[in-house]
Amino acid sequence: MARGRTPEPVPGTSLDSLLAAKEIVVACGPGGVGKTTTAAAAGVMAALRHGGKVLVLTVDPARRLADALGLDGIGNTERRVPPEAFRAAGLKPRGQLWAAMLDTKESWDALIRRHAPDEQTRDEILANPLYQNISGRFIQSHDYIAMERLYEIHSESDYDLIVVDTPPTRNALDFLDAPQRLADFFSSRLLRWLIVPYRSKLVNVATKPFYQIADRILGTQFLADISEFFILFQSMYDGFVERAEAVGRLLEDRRTTFMVVSTLEGVPLREAEFFAHELIARRLHLGAIVLNKVLPAYLQDAGAAVVAEAMKERADEVAAAMAPALGQVADGLGDEAQVRRVLVEVAESFLNFRVVALREAEERSHLADTPEVLATVPFFDTDIYDLAGLVRLGEQIWD
Amino acid sequence: MTDLLDLRLVFVTGKGGVGKTTVASALALFASQQGKRVLVCEVDAKGDVAGFFEASPTSFREKEILPGLFAMTMDTEASLREYLKLQLRIPVVGRIGPLAKAFDFVATAAPGVREILTVGKLCYEVREEHYDLVVVDAPASGHIVGQLAAPQAINSLVKVGLIRTQTDWMLAILSDPDRTGLVAVCTPEEMPVNETIELADRVREQTTVRLATVVVNRVLPELFGHQEESVFDALSGPGLRSDLTASLGGDPTPLLDAARLAVTMRRTRSSHLERLRAEIDPAVPMLYLPYLFTRSHGLRTTRQVAASLGEELGY
Repeated sequence: MARGRTPEPVPGTSLDSLLAAKEIVVACGPGGVGKTTTAAAAGVMAALRHGGKVLVLTVDPARRLADALGLDGIGNTERRVPPEAFRAAGLKPRGQLWAAMLDTKESWDALIRRHAPDEQTRDEILANPLYQNISGRFIQSHDYIAMERLYEIHSESDYDLIVVDTPPTRNALDFLDAPQRLADFFSSRLLRWLIVPYRSKLVNVATKPFYQIADRILGTQFLADISEFFILFQSMYDGFVERAEAVGRLLEDRRTTFMVVSTLEGVPLREAEFFAHELIARRLHLGAIVLNKVLPAYLQDAGAAVVAEAMKERADEVAAAMAPALGQVADGLGDEAQVRRVLVEVAESFLNFRVVALREAEERSHLADTPEVLATVPFFDTDIYDLAGLVRLGEQIWD
Repeated sequence: MTDLLDLRLVFVTGKGGVGKTTVASALALFASQQGKRVLVCEVDAKGDVAGFFEASPTSFREKEILPGLFAMTMDTEASLREYLKLQLRIPVVGRIGPLAKAFDFVATAAPGVREILTVGKLCYEVREEHYDLVVVDAPASGHIVGQLAAPQAINSLVKVGLIRTQTDWMLAILSDPDRTGLVAVCTPEEMPVNETIELADRVREQTTVRLATVVVNRVLPELFGHQEESVFDALSGPGLRSDLTASLGGDPTPLLDAARLAVTMRRTRSSHLERLRAEIDPAVPMLYLPYLFTRSHGLRTTRQVAASLGEELGY
């Protein structure tokens, strides 16, 4: 069903049409704004409403998310969310929901196995200490492998829709640049410089200072280790570059859309705005901006603010008026001083939250300049811990 | 155990969005208000630190933005230049041509090089005692362990060479609980609490740095005591609603709803706080900073947070 579907054009733009028509939804944005949960909710909604095979590919090893999806853990291999989990939540999905979590090390190993020209090279690379360090610890490798794994799943499996959650990067754009950076890296002239002396001990006038310094800083043995590692990697050069370019093309393709997730707090919002603009500048498809944890609209109500001011200023009077009736509700509730404290707390709390709500509303009005679909999600008073919770979140976004 | 302000090098980390930069800026500000000479260094180079002090953009060259308070932005290439100049006495510039490219290459090829240059520069400032306190607005908790463990990582890869000899003195500074500490910032929400607990474990297992303090940011105020809440429930019940409306001369529903939301939010968050306290080593102090109902995040806010931090630290 996946391969045969025409991905576009979409009549009008709505969040729902994204889930119905796109093949890849990339959830991105600053850290700590509910990106993973929003991605999971998108997957759940797509499976519920549009059918087909939906995969949520996450980078966040959140135990709670696995629990919410009714899985006893999520790994590098995709697993289907059991239909019983949906049934237990009183839901009847039209499609299937699958989930997988990115395991950087395992994915790198799989990549090496795929591209290695022969078994010996493969084993040598897998055993190389530098490789082990790169695949396990090297920060940017995470960005690249997330996109690589997305490409692999997209091209080799039959999912109708893949919702992918992006790694928490230092810079929200790192993962977009990762394929190109890797391609550049392997075609770098410096890489060839480094490999030359290892092969021939031939160092010319131009490269000599570089080696002198590299040697003094890093030590000869380490330099040799690096060289060996890259000579081995050279054998996979063509495959790697081709692949990195294909990953880049997939992200640019119109079957892919980006969903920027943020809150209305200052720092995350600025990051999300920058990211949205950058997506547009790169001619990538910005499908939606989802704003989480938005305070309720009634906090902005000017009439309510007047009432709050009155409640605070006339607290004595109101407390005196209310105390007798309160005393009749239950013993001990009729103490005037206590009633007064409660009234003042209620009024002040309202006025406090109102300051934040007004600031957020103002911030949000700037976002209205961005023509894409904007969805806001209220502050949930409880955490999301099950499928029903994800649906509740999804309905806020998609209805 | 050494007080937070008596340390020489403090890394401030936390999950994205919890206010890591706010706390780093406030800590630096408070220390400088106590008469210390302080350097605050932003590692992620997003330019947020300058924003929190309403100062012009910072760079690798530290500059005094408030009396006794210096700010800089980490730039690993500039750090490499400084290192080569100071340590190797190699007249770099002009000799090896495109240093940026060469550096990019080495940094990409050798994992940990970028990290060691960052940690190296910070430790250098501590060793030379240029400041009483260096506060680092460090990478988010996902990346901080890689940063702090860089000297060991390099040690295990590089057996000889200058880098190897350089890592020893850095490790000595990082491992000294009287000089170096990590501050983990979190908010009383589920994911940040989970990540902080995980971070504490990973820091203990993979680095030699001590977790000095956990700062819980954005703690919501407790609105009511037990009986006050009963009063509130009765006031918001249908029986008294019309009396209250009449007495106030306006509809109190939005106020009562807002207070209900505040109470529920505070309650959900307390359960996460209890879990955090139970999972973190009792010897690690925990500081609480209030949720700020403010318009923006400028210097005024930084001063407010610094004041709360000072109170929590017992000043």
